[in-house]
Amino acid sequence: MKVRVTVMPKTGVLDPQGKAIGHALGSLGFDGVGEVRAGKVIELELAETDPQAAKAAAEDMARRLLANAVIESFRVEIA
Amino acid sequence: MRAAVVVFPGTNRERDMALALRRAAGGRKPAMLWHGDADLPDGLDLVVLPGGFSYGDYLRCGAMAAQSPIMRAVKAFAARGGHVLGVCNGFQILCEAGMLPGALLRNASLRFLSMDCWMRVERTDTPFTSRFQRGQVFRATMAHGDGNYFADGETLDRLEGEGLVALRYTTPEGEATPDANRNGSARGIAGVLSPNGRVLGVMPHPENQVDPAIDGTDGLPLFESIAERLAAA
Repeated sequence: MKVRVTVMPKTGVLDPQGKAIGHALGSLGFDGVGEVRAGKVIELELAETDPQAAKAAAEDMARRLLANAVIESFRVEIA
Repeated sequence: MRAAVVVFPGTNRERDMALALRRAAGGRKPAMLWHGDADLPDGLDLVVLPGGFSYGDYLRCGAMAAQSPIMRAVKAFAARGGHVLGVCNGFQILCEAGMLPGALLRNASLRFLSMDCWMRVERTDTPFTSRFQRGQVFRATMAHGDGNYFADGETLDRLEGEGLVALRYTTPEGEATPDANRNGSARGIAGVLSPNGRVLGVMPHPENQVDPAIDGTDGLPLFESIAERLAAA
């Protein structure tokens, strides 16, 4: 079962990468782009077949390694 | 002082660190430890996590190293009251391992910064800073892409309140200006102590300046401080 973990900088945490992307979009002529936040997506292929259990396992992985709770939040979904 | 330097795949400052420790400890060579070791040698006084790009900075700087077998032993060593110094990537690893609060974000400028900086010594009653004068400003080299110290406001207040900010970026004259804080660290924090003062994380490289023939000895007092503290041990 494939699980997707999306890791994003927490609200309030400076995201210079997102800011730079926003700036570059502006210079390409894309108007009306507000705040840009850049995170990462981690896809996991799990042996677990029960969606609930797979999600719970991925959340545990995110808490312990995939995301740093000081600066990042995460979301887990079945892919 | 019986010191050891931990080497992870991608660590690249272990030799400079070993030279600095050796110079401060009257020629005694530190042990070099490999990340896969599950145990530390007996009778160790100081463990140093040097700079570099452990595990290629994969996932987050220091995230992989924090999970390595030797870090379990280093954590246990610190919990027993052992002294630990983390420099640059070593500071990132200490934060990722939960041994120091906060995290090191990408530099606010997004640029890798390789240049001299100046740090003000905020406390001299610590094992790592006793040979400095209070308020002394010393030069060190920074070389990092992710040195922007971050913690939430409550944590920062606690660090300041408990005197756990050991070093702060300043001008050479000791003023904490935004320009002196090149990586954008919260409150200009360059070095953080654990509550017992025995774990220090610092972003710039004091080991770069320990030889009068090679760029001066500004960083030497840090190593002399810890060597003096642990001399009897």
